[in-house]
Amino acid sequence: MKSIEEIRADFPLLNKKVYNKDLVYFDNGATTQKPQCVIDAVNDVYLNYNSNIHRGVHRLSDLSSEAYENARKTVSSFINSAKHQEVIFTPGTTSSINALAFSFGERYIKSGDEIIVSYLEHHANIVPWQMMCERKGAVLKVIPVFDNGEIILEEYYKLLNSRTKLVSVTQVSNALGIILPVKQIIDAAHSADIPVLIDGAQGIQHGIVDVRKMNCDFYVFSGHKIYGPTGIGVLYGREKFLDELPPYQGGGDMVDKVTFEKTTYNELPFKFEAGTTNYAGAIGMGRALEYVTEIGRENILQMEHSLLQYAMEKLSAINDIIIYGKSDQKVSIISFLLKDIHQYDAGMILDKMGIAVRTGTHCAQPIMERFGIDGTIRASMCFYNTHEEVDKLVEGLLKVVEMFS
Amino acid sequence: MDITQVQNNIIDEFSVFEDWMDKYNFLIDIGKDLPVVDPRYKTKDYLIEGCQSKVWLYPEYDGNIITFKADSDAIITRGIVSLLIKVLSGRTPQEIISADLFFIDRIGLRQNLSPTRSNGLLSMVRQMKLYAMAYQVRMTPSPVTQPPTPPLTPPLTSPLTPPFKAEN
Repeated sequence: MKSIEEIRADFPLLNKKVYNKDLVYFDNGATTQKPQCVIDAVNDVYLNYNSNIHRGVHRLSDLSSEAYENARKTVSSFINSAKHQEVIFTPGTTSSINALAFSFGERYIKSGDEIIVSYLEHHANIVPWQMMCERKGAVLKVIPVFDNGEIILEEYYKLLNSRTKLVSVTQVSNALGIILPVKQIIDAAHSADIPVLIDGAQGIQHGIVDVRKMNCDFYVFSGHKIYGPTGIGVLYGREKFLDELPPYQGGGDMVDKVTFEKTTYNELPFKFEAGTTNYAGAIGMGRALEYVTEIGRENILQMEHSLLQYAMEKLSAINDIIIYGKSDQKVSIISFLLKDIHQYDAGMILDKMGIAVRTGTHCAQPIMERFGIDGTIRASMCFYNTHEEVDKLVEGLLKVVEMFS
Repeated sequence: MDITQVQNNIIDEFSVFEDWMDKYNFLIDIGKDLPVVDPRYKTKDYLIEGCQSKVWLYPEYDGNIITFKADSDAIITRGIVSLLIKVLSGRTPQEIISADLFFIDRIGLRQNLSPTRSNGLLSMVRQMKLYAMAYQVRMTPSPVTQPPTPPLTPPLTSPLTPPFKAEN
């Protein structure tokens, strides 16, 4: 297994300086840095075989189409989908959810139907459903949370009824790092024949995702949060549903036969991939998933768990720190505030010390409101971060306390 | 002192700071010193919502100059608010409209007034200029001889209401 030094050497940006200080990058929840092999894979497309996919009669088009379809197979095996046609490439998590909200709404939703989300959702898993509900006259129901941020399963069970048409919940809260009990959520929904979408934007990079074991019906994630390029993501769907759902975009490549009277659609997955897709991004994402597999997902889990333990211990020792979302089911994301210090003030000072954190509501205003706050400081770590970087964060926070007291 | 002189004074004041820490400590100090805005003006009508921090801005116009009162929930933002007030408050609408705020760049705080930092400050400057424009329009003699209808003539000290508000 690679040492932490070797791993960090794989990521060119981690070795950069900001304001002449060593960068401490703790904003991995927003996006992750890219290993050289991913950068090379994307460069390789443009340097050596760039050509539009599925269209050309020529050699380069063959090469790019093959690399693109190989990336699909890589994703499929990474998430363990039954068929690689169940993997649809999209521009990212947000696009995946919007696409599904449209198609699912058109196919299955009528007035009075209900969709369930949780209090912990990112806006991307709230707003598309609200828009769909408005269009269809359906109703959005919300699973409440305990004071520590964990969802109340009992209340979820009570929300399930004959009007419920879909449950759409996040695997991991982006704002708090809490892991949701998705297996129980899915099992309960399935016992009433209700399909479940899992938003894996913060889950895919912090664990072993197996869509068949999890038994979800849809799973979505973004490439850039798992060391891949931006602008590419995945909508996984069970074949049964993808076959039934209407496409959400019309255009090239998604059709079988087009006449002005009637168009028939292409088979899966192409039915949902209208137009020229971000094939270079897909190929880069495929390489990122291979890289994660090379490092070992178990190893990543362990490294991140150790980081989380260490950071929780060190941060908890700071006077007047308030940590939100304390739970034993967590990924390496810590959300907190320093008493009487605005998160933006703290973030600005940390920035000047070369420490990148996110401050604000993290696109999850409902859960912030639930806590009665208008934002937190979020340190989101991943396997390439170190205990020394945690020490620097603590040092930085002590300096912040000193400056604002 | 005109707007240019005030800005040059601020630049001089900042030139003594050798590192970022001194500069931010100073911003924190002047942020703390900014007079507290009466809570009755810290309402939604005067709120400029940023994703990162909030700013409240309340104008008073005496027919000649506009006096701004402002506040923020973040101290560093308050510090910068206080500098903007120093430069733009107590000026005529025309002075405010034509003000070129060069000092922000020169004291190395440009990032704080960039659209990528959603802290309310850029919107605050826009809003100050919008108020100035609105007051100027209001004071321009109307070609129509009849007096303006009541909604257009609140007491001179009253602030403008949300229709004038800039989008953040």
